[in-house]
Amino acid sequence: MEPFRHTRGGGVRATLAPAEASLLRSLVGQVITLIAPDGPPAPQAQPDGFPAWDDLDAQLTTPEDPVLARLLPDGYRDDPEAAGEFRKYTESGLRSAKHQAAQEMLDTLPEAGGKIQLTHDQAHAWLKALNDVRLALGVRLGVTEEFEEQWGRLGADDPQWAAYEVYAWLGAVQESLVQALA
Amino acid sequence: MSVAPAEVDLPRSADNPVSDKPWVTIVWNDPVNLMTYVTYVFQTVFGYPKRKATRLMLDVHHKGKAVVAAGAREAMEHNVEVLHGYGLWATVQHDN
Repeated sequence: MEPFRHTRGGGVRATLAPAEASLLRSLVGQVITLIAPDGPPAPQAQPDGFPAWDDLDAQLTTPEDPVLARLLPDGYRDDPEAAGEFRKYTESGLRSAKHQAAQEMLDTLPEAGGKIQLTHDQAHAWLKALNDVRLALGVRLGVTEEFEEQWGRLGADDPQWAAYEVYAWLGAVQESLVQALA
Repeated sequence: MSVAPAEVDLPRSADNPVSDKPWVTIVWNDPVNLMTYVTYVFQTVFGYPKRKATRLMLDVHHKGKAVVAAGAREAMEHNVEVLHGYGLWATVQHDN
């Protein structure tokens, strides 16, 4: 991979190898599947901005899957009632926003890799979508602040070794994207 | 048939008082988000200068959390929604 570089007009560019592009596409696709609204549906907002009256009693709770709980976190701590209310009004919008960012990344990521040219807005979609992939993988791997040490303790024949390598690479991609935008 | 209640004012619950800046947006430390990314998100979402965004990011990193904004409850809930969109771990809290 050639890291992200700033381009004139506030955009960024990078070059990805075919295997890198296909890995990214697969990971982003998994996030899309994960956040698809197959859980309890959030109330649909009416034109006046209020949820439909018959949905007002719907209870939305923190997702049981730790990855989903991290991607769609509680808006309040130590206050399940306020957290439920917040989730009722925001979770469906958050799911679609994440879906949209992930889809935009797929739409601007050629399957065969190669040169990638992104506008500022597209780069922001990448930032969010890449970060969701890192959050999902990080939670699955149980990553802590001592990631390097965790990784170092694994033998190269450990089944998780490759996933740690991918996670580290994703961090480098995200870092280069932030640097190119900042 | 029913009788309309005499009160026409919406009840104001005890946890929703009118005050200047009674609510805050808190960002919590997490092991995944990159330090540069968190700083960039603070700059983008709140329009903070880089120095302030960096200081807040370091507070999150070293102290485990930081208050990144204060104001009306609705505004803080909006912040948290936006920050969740960026994958930051943020919550609303009453400032007491």
